[in-house]
Amino acid sequence: MSIYGRGLRGLAIVTVVTISTALVLVFFYAPLDADQGFIQKIFYIHVPLAIVSLCGFVLGGLFGAGHLRTGERKWDMRSYVAIHMALIFGVGGLITGSTWAKASWGHWWEWGDPTLVSFLIVLLLFATYQPLRFSIEDPERQSRYASVFAVVAGAFVPMNFIVVRLSQEFVHPRVLTLTGGNLPGPMRLTFVVSLAGIALLYATLWKYEMAAKNARGQARALRRALLGDDAVRPLGRSAAPS
Amino acid sequence: MTGFVLAAPALPLHSAGKYVAGAYIVFVTLVLVYVAIMATRLRRTERELAQLRRDVAAARDEAAPEPDPEPDPESEPEPDRDAEPVP
Repeated sequence: MSIYGRGLRGLAIVTVVTISTALVLVFFYAPLDADQGFIQKIFYIHVPLAIVSLCGFVLGGLFGAGHLRTGERKWDMRSYVAIHMALIFGVGGLITGSTWAKASWGHWWEWGDPTLVSFLIVLLLFATYQPLRFSIEDPERQSRYASVFAVVAGAFVPMNFIVVRLSQEFVHPRVLTLTGGNLPGPMRLTFVVSLAGIALLYATLWKYEMAAKNARGQARALRRALLGDDAVRPLGRSAAPS
Repeated sequence: MTGFVLAAPALPLHSAGKYVAGAYIVFVTLVLVYVAIMATRLRRTERELAQLRRDVAAARDEAAPEPDPEPDPESEPEPDRDAEPVP
C-alpha cells in the first residue's frame, strides 16, 4: 500500500463522523439567527467550503514550491490534486453562496460586493490551471510551468483576501473577525465543527485521489518493467501529471 | 426517521427551506459525483492490475525452464549384483 493509501480508511471514518456531527449541530443545536432566520444555516456549509477552497489553493502553491525546489514529480502531483480539489470545493462554495444570496438579497449575484467578485476572480484564475497544463505537451516543462503558476497564484490568494478585508464598501456579511467574531457560543461551536468536517473531507479526498493516481502510476511502471515498453499504451496528452 | 426530521428545531417549510435544502443538496451531489468518478477510475485500475497479473503469470510460464521428467521407479535399472563394490 502506498503512503497515500495508509490511514485512508481511518481518516474517512473520522470525516464521516465529523460531518454527521456538524449536520446534527446545524439542524438541532445551533439557534436560528435573529436577523436571517433559517436561511443562515447555509452559512455552515458555504463559509467552510470557501475557506477550505482558498486554503487548498495556497496548499497547491506550497506543493508547487516543493516541486520547484526538489524537482521531484511527486510534489507536482500533490500540487495538481490540491488545486483540483480546491476548485471543486470552490465551485461548491460559489453555488451555496449564490443560493444564500438569492434567498437573502433576492438575486443570485451582486457585482458590487468585493468578497464575491474577488472569490470569483481567484476561482477563474485557478480554472486556467488545467488548460495551462494541457497546452504544454512535454511533461517536464508542463510540471515546471504549472508549479510556477501554482506558486504565483497561491501567493495571490492571501493578498487578495487582505485587500478585500481592507475594503470599506461591502454588502457581504462579516461574521468572522480578528476580535473573535460576532457568533454566539452554540453557533461558533457548530461553525468550528463544520469547518473541521469540510477540512477533513478535503484531506480525505486529496489522499484518496493521490492513492488512486499513485496506484495507476505504479501499475504502468510495473507493466513497463516486466513486459517492456511495447506493453504499455502510450499516455495521451493530458493535463494530469504522469 | 420522520420523527427525527420533525424534531429538528425550526425546519421551516416556507420559502427559506428550499434554499437551505438546495445548498446542502449541491454539497452532497458534488461529493457523490466526485466519489463516483473516482470509483470508476479505481475499477479501471483494478482491471489493469488484474490484466497485469495475468500477463506476468503468462510471461513467467514462458520463461520457466522445462521441468525434468519424474524418474519412473519401474524403469530404474536393476543394480548389477556381480559388479565390483566401489571402494
